[in-house]
Amino acid sequence: MDFWMSVVQKFNTAFIVGDRWKLYLKGVGATLELTVVALILGIVLGLLVAVIRTAHDQQRLGNHNPVLGILNVVCKVYTTVIRGTPMLVQLFIWSFVIFKTSRNKFLVGILGLGINSGAYVAEIIRGGLMSVDAGQSEAGRSLGLNYLDTMRYIVIPQAFKNTLPALGNEFITLLKDTSLVSAIGGAELVYYAKAVGAKTYDVTYPYLGMAVIYLVIVMILTWMQGKLERRLRESDRR
Amino acid sequence: MIDVKHLSKSFGDNLVLDDISEHIHPGEKVVVIGPSGSGKSTFLRCLNLLEFPTGGTITFDGMEITDSKTDIDSIRRQMGMVFQHFNLFPNMTIRKNITLAPVRTKLMSQEEADAEAEKLLQRVGLFDKADAYPAQLSGGQKQRIAIVRALAMKPKLMLFDEPTSALDPEMVGEVLDVMKELANEGMTMVVVTHEMGFAREVGTRVLFMDGGHILEQNTPAEFFANPKEARTIEFLSKVL
Repeated sequence: MDFWMSVVQKFNTAFIVGDRWKLYLKGVGATLELTVVALILGIVLGLLVAVIRTAHDQQRLGNHNPVLGILNVVCKVYTTVIRGTPMLVQLFIWSFVIFKTSRNKFLVGILGLGINSGAYVAEIIRGGLMSVDAGQSEAGRSLGLNYLDTMRYIVIPQAFKNTLPALGNEFITLLKDTSLVSAIGGAELVYYAKAVGAKTYDVTYPYLGMAVIYLVIVMILTWMQGKLERRLRESDRR
Repeated sequence: MIDVKHLSKSFGDNLVLDDISEHIHPGEKVVVIGPSGSGKSTFLRCLNLLEFPTGGTITFDGMEITDSKTDIDSIRRQMGMVFQHFNLFPNMTIRKNITLAPVRTKLMSQEEADAEAEKLLQRVGLFDKADAYPAQLSGGQKQRIAIVRALAMKPKLMLFDEPTSALDPEMVGEVLDVMKELANEGMTMVVVTHEMGFAREVGTRVLFMDGGHILEQNTPAEFFANPKEARTIEFLSKVL
């Protein structure tokens, strides 16, 4: 009986007293905001890098464009460095080296996550672009469409559909990685859970609570992803 | 119309086209036949630079298209191409498949392109499919749409790369009929095919390719009646 009494009491302290649940809610909002904005940034960056790298690789022999060559090297360095170093290290460098005077650590976190995500999204989209049958771009080019129009109207729309499942996974990974932003002082779910723990001298319930919150969000996202994939498969059969 | 001089193409160490020189005149219907691996598809794909030659020059209407300064997109607008596997755009309706290129290349406004698409679809009897997606069509219907899509650019020349090879036998006829009609209207055509009947009936000249060379060429009547090279005789005895 004592055990259950203490569970209820500690739960009460961690979530109810002083409307502390509002802090968690605020944290969830911030976490989702971080995730969505960083993913948008990541997709824009990733698309750019993927198109540059694919364009470079698809040039006809003996006719290399030097500007594209330089851009390709920049893109390669970017993906290699970002994918070759831990996200936490990148966040530390953004926050304590490059933007050490900035006090908006949330924004620095978005930037760091977005740039990180871009490198992974680039590889996802590049795989998607390569998955589209070469005959599609040949048909576009044979009609006299230029490279960019062929990509924009024919290849990218088809590649996007092929990459949606992988982009969904990236979204879920990114959501969990936003927890690292607390390490540079950005206010999201972990940040508020730690704050509650510090105030109540007990981290058990805040930490278990936030784990449950992450789990529930990820389960909802996974469910939505499955639904989306089923719908896309149906439209293939139309 | 097209002048090919000393055209060579190799993929790595594999020489696919070996020093080909050929001339295609306006109004000709050139049928290219030969065993698989003879280079006939590569030859065709070099004509609109889907494959970039490793040697030689190709000139179209006085413009050297193999020159890297030539705007290849503007050349390709004047040459239609039909593929073995149709290559319709599955993410667009039939109407959009046909009108995309004329509108994007500013050849026509959307209204003009829609009218042109309607006219062409009526002609091949597929106007009721205008708002369907490619996945809803049969192979023969897809290929007729692919021909219409190429024609919508009002090309001076049509290239056909084994247009009936991926079709069920019963659908070959409907595609060949459209091509015959096109030939009768005077379109210049280069056709890579295994349809010997079509070559005989529609072709004005037959090229027989083997091992990266044009081994023999003649008028269809003469070519099928009196093949000269041993290799040609052997090939014809297998396919006829």
